[in-house]
Parts: sequence; structure tokens; C-alpha cells
Amino acid sequence: MIEVATIGVLAGLVSGLLGVGGGILFVPGLVFVIGLSQVDAEATSLLAIVPVVMLGAWQQHRYGNVRVRDGVLIGLLAVVGSVAGVAVANIVDGRTLRLAFAGVTLVVAAQLVRGAVSSSRPDPAEPESP
Amino acid sequence: MSRARSLKLAGIGTLAGLFSGVFGVGGGSVIVPLLILWIGYDERAAGGTSLLAMIPIAAVGALAQAAYGNIHFADALLVGLPALVGVTCGTSLQQRVPARGVSMLFAALLVALAIELVVQ
Repeated sequence: MIEVATIGVLAGLVSGLLGVGGGILFVPGLVFVIGLSQVDAEATSLLAIVPVVMLGAWQQHRYGNVRVRDGVLIGLLAVVGSVAGVAVANIVDGRTLRLAFAGVTLVVAAQLVRGAVSSSRPDPAEPESP
Repeated sequence: MSRARSLKLAGIGTLAGLFSGVFGVGGGSVIVPLLILWIGYDERAAGGTSLLAMIPIAAVGALAQAAYGNIHFADALLVGLPALVGVTCGTSLQQRVPARGVSMLFAALLVALAIELVVQ
């Protein structure tokens, strides 16, 4: 019980700090501590993410860090994309997909580090129009 | 909003959705770095906007999973409620740490994600 609560707090901390849902901690927590199957853990994690991102988005909005129009556009298109993603997951071999995504993820991580250590940054995003 | 910028945002949304659909996650690990790298968001705006974008993604995903009967509701509460405390601390902490530190932490998260994808 304490283990699960600790994983929950940590997942929330990562979610708020980095702007992710926390699934990266929820899923292994549900699999290894509670003993759910991978599929059930991913499903249960998605439900747990909903209130977390709602509260986090509201707090970030109060800090002035949410660009509402961009976020809504991304979120709505992503809903469409996720339907395609479910179809892809049923066609392509899971192991191949995971290895491909792991490779892409490492490239993106390297670019983030490079961006953070270099002094120059791309131009700031356009402000939201009134 | 310029056309190129709209296309980039649309691309980010579609990729995040694909990633979410394939792996059953919220998509934030795609949205945040691409907002920073493609559109030039600072880390705080990327995190905040990503949290908003994930609301419909996670909600629709959870509904679909509920229809398949895959959700364990009590377990979702068990991890989700403590996470509400965590997210409050996390957003507050994010306003206090240097933005570039957030990028470095995010890179570490992506490496962890890559490992999780490989060993899964």
C-alpha cells in the first residue's frame, strides 16, 4: 500500500515537473507492485492520468504556462492519431515498434541535452493572439 | 498563427496520438520535446501546454479501455489520488528550477522510457 502510494506521488511529481502524464511510473507500478497485466496496467494508468493532468493543467494555467489554443489543437488531433495508433499496434509487430520508438526517444533526448547546453535557442514561440 | 506553425502543431498532435495509441500512454513524452525543439517553446510553457493537451487524449483512451473492461478502478484510485499531491508539488517545483534543468531531467526521463520500451 505504501509502495503504491509512493509510486503515485512520484508519478505526480514527474507529471507536474515535466508535463507528462506519469504513465512511465504508473504502468510499472501497477505491473510489478499490484500485479496487473501489461494491457490492464496501461488501461488503468490512462484513467489515473485524467485527474492528474486536469489538476496539473489548471495549476500551470494559473502560473501562466498554458497556451490554450495550441494545447487544444494538439489534444484533439492526438485523439484522432491515437485511433490510428491502435490500428498500427494491431498490424505491426510490437517488439519492432518498441525498438523503433526507443531509438527515436534516445535521439530526441540527445537533442534536448544539446539544446540545453548550447547558449543559442530557437526564437521564442509566437504569443497567443488576443 | 502561421501556416508552418499550425502544421507543426498538427504534426505534434498526430505523433503524440500515434504514440499514445500504440503504447497506451498519455503522449506527453512526445509533446513536450517537440514543442521545445520544433516550435521553440520554453520548458515551462511546453510542460503546461502538454498537460492540457493530454486531458482529451487520456480521457478518450480511458473510455475506450473501459469499454474493453481493462480498467481496474480501485487500483486507478490507489495510484491516482497520491499523484494529485505529487502533481501539485511538481508544478510548483517547476516554477523554481532553471528551465534548462527541466530539459536535462526530461532527457533523463526519455532515456528511462527507451529502457522501458526495450525491456518490456
